[in-house]
Amino acid sequence: MARLIVMGGGVAGHTTATFAKKWLGNDHEVVVVTPNANWNWIPSNIWVGVGQMKKEDVVFPLAPVYKKAGIDYRQAKAVSIHPEGKEGSDKQFITIEYTGQGKEGQTEELEYDYLVNATGPKLNFDATPGLGDGNGQIGANTVSVCTADHAVHANSELRRIFEKAKTEKQKILVGTGHGMCTCQGAAFEYIFNIEHEARKAGVRDNLEFKWISNEAFLGDFGMGGLHMKVGGYVVSSKLFAESLYAERGVDWILGAHVNKVEEGKVHYEQLDGTMGEEEFDFAMLIPPFAGVGLKAYAKDGSDITDTIFAANGFMKVDADYTPKPYEEWKASDWPRKYQNPTYSNMFAAGIAFAPPHLISKPAKSPNGTPINPTPPRTGMPSGIIGKAVAHSVCDMIKNGENAHIHEISMAEMGAACVASAGKGVFDGTAAAMTVYPVVPDFEKYPGTGRDTDYTFGEIGLAGHWIKHILHYLFIYKAKLKPGWTLIPE
Amino acid sequence: MKEEEVNFGKSDKFNLTMIPGKFARFLRTCVIWQFIRFLIINVKMIIVVGKSH
Ligand SMILES: Cc1cc2nc3c(=O)[nH]c(=O)nc-3n(C[C@H](O)[C@H](O)[C@H](O)COP(=O)(O)OP(=O)(O)OC[C@H]3O[C@@H](n4cnc5c(N)ncnc54)[C@H](O)[C@@H]3O)c2cc1C
Repeated sequence: MARLIVMGGGVAGHTTATFAKKWLGNDHEVVVVTPNANWNWIPSNIWVGVGQMKKEDVVFPLAPVYKKAGIDYRQAKAVSIHPEGKEGSDKQFITIEYTGQGKEGQTEELEYDYLVNATGPKLNFDATPGLGDGNGQIGANTVSVCTADHAVHANSELRRIFEKAKTEKQKILVGTGHGMCTCQGAAFEYIFNIEHEARKAGVRDNLEFKWISNEAFLGDFGMGGLHMKVGGYVVSSKLFAESLYAERGVDWILGAHVNKVEEGKVHYEQLDGTMGEEEFDFAMLIPPFAGVGLKAYAKDGSDITDTIFAANGFMKVDADYTPKPYEEWKASDWPRKYQNPTYSNMFAAGIAFAPPHLISKPAKSPNGTPINPTPPRTGMPSGIIGKAVAHSVCDMIKNGENAHIHEISMAEMGAACVASAGKGVFDGTAAAMTVYPVVPDFEKYPGTGRDTDYTFGEIGLAGHWIKHILHYLFIYKAKLKPGWTLIPE
Repeated sequence: MKEEEVNFGKSDKFNLTMIPGKFARFLRTCVIWQFIRFLIINVKMIIVVGKSH
């Protein structure tokens, strides 16, 4: 009997674990180690953050689902990986520290035959002074929608602002809280959802909206933007993003590295080297992401974290990590197997794998500060990679070490994204987009790097309906209800 | 002044963009048109999802 341990029960890890268990049956063990008691459909946190959904609508408890599936669930965080075992034992193991199940604080060693790292991002609030509290959590100056609890808090603060806006001017600032952030899409959704709610609440006229982002241009989204066919033209996402911001009266600051946050004020540096300040009454700034800080040790106890993980804490896989200038970046730099090059029984899925480089064009201010979005790994690619990794591990378990490894590259994979711009069955809107491929391939598609026959976007009520249906569909799938395997990632 | 033209005057940045007019905005929330778009977008997304699996 082989044992697969999946570290992280989010989008990628849950997909890997549930498919692996389905394909392996009871002949082999699947263990999920994740610190959270609940699964969270993170995209809908935006609607929790504007009071249009409750926390209970976007989370559900993992324990009954894993029990039903026959998955061994440990509510714990993985702390270290020992891929060569330890003195006196060759058996690979990880150490975990419980966060629930009545064993809080207890540690344990868990042996594995195959290991998947799907631990997602560490929300690195402390990378920007004043954004974090100095202990790794969000500080008191801004709010966040990255977790369901953050979103509940964000909504209560927002309601306070709406109340004040009945009688006085208030300023809303939304965007990225550091020069190296990703996930601009979430901030985009949040600012337009607030704007939509403000209109409904009759306080729009007293609210000033400002977007602050590390993107060099609006509509970059960490993917270097995208081009789509509209009305006979091939058009950059920049034009559509600017159009939406202007239409909704949202001003913008771009190419900005927020380097300090105080109560009611951010300090930032821009790509041209100038420094600025922006005051606010309410701010939601996405933190930069890093790996979750797993350590790795060799058999003799020496620290091999640098061998397994990149400097940003994400796990090294079969990507080409050779540093090279933007002009030399290739689609083939991106990983296909998500397998660690040193230990072939170890994989990484979702945000946890180290990308070879950015997708957007790298940029620095004259002071040497890098200000550019880092690559997004959104829900669909995270799920698809999680499933491909499950396939590979199952094949290795069933057919031995030399079994076929499933391959899927973000430079050959498309993504469907729906970015909400306001919730409502008849007055909601969302930008429905597809990109193909996610990572542009300028050799295959000279010019835009993408296939414009499969890259499109439009805003409207239909997009909102799709986003709302996907909310129910993905929660249904994650609960492993009948037919769950038929719903694509 | 037409509603869609108001924001052009609010800032130089807004002035250099395109802002949808009344009809384009009406279509965005017109249930019949959006139902048709819903079907079309779904087909397009299914094709991209299919190409990616
Ligand atoms: C507000 C917001 C809105 C978004 N909206 C969209 C959207 O509309 N569409 C879209 O495609 N994507 C969206 N995304 C991105 C999407 O949520 C991510 O792409 C996706 O969650 C990544 O999956 P993952 O499994 O890699 O990470 P996660 O889903 O974050 O899962 C990581 C898991 O690992 C666990 N973990 C952490 N540390 C440890 C440890 N030490 N040991 C074990 N487990 C650990 C975490 O608790 C978590 O359960 C959004 C993100 C945010 C923040």
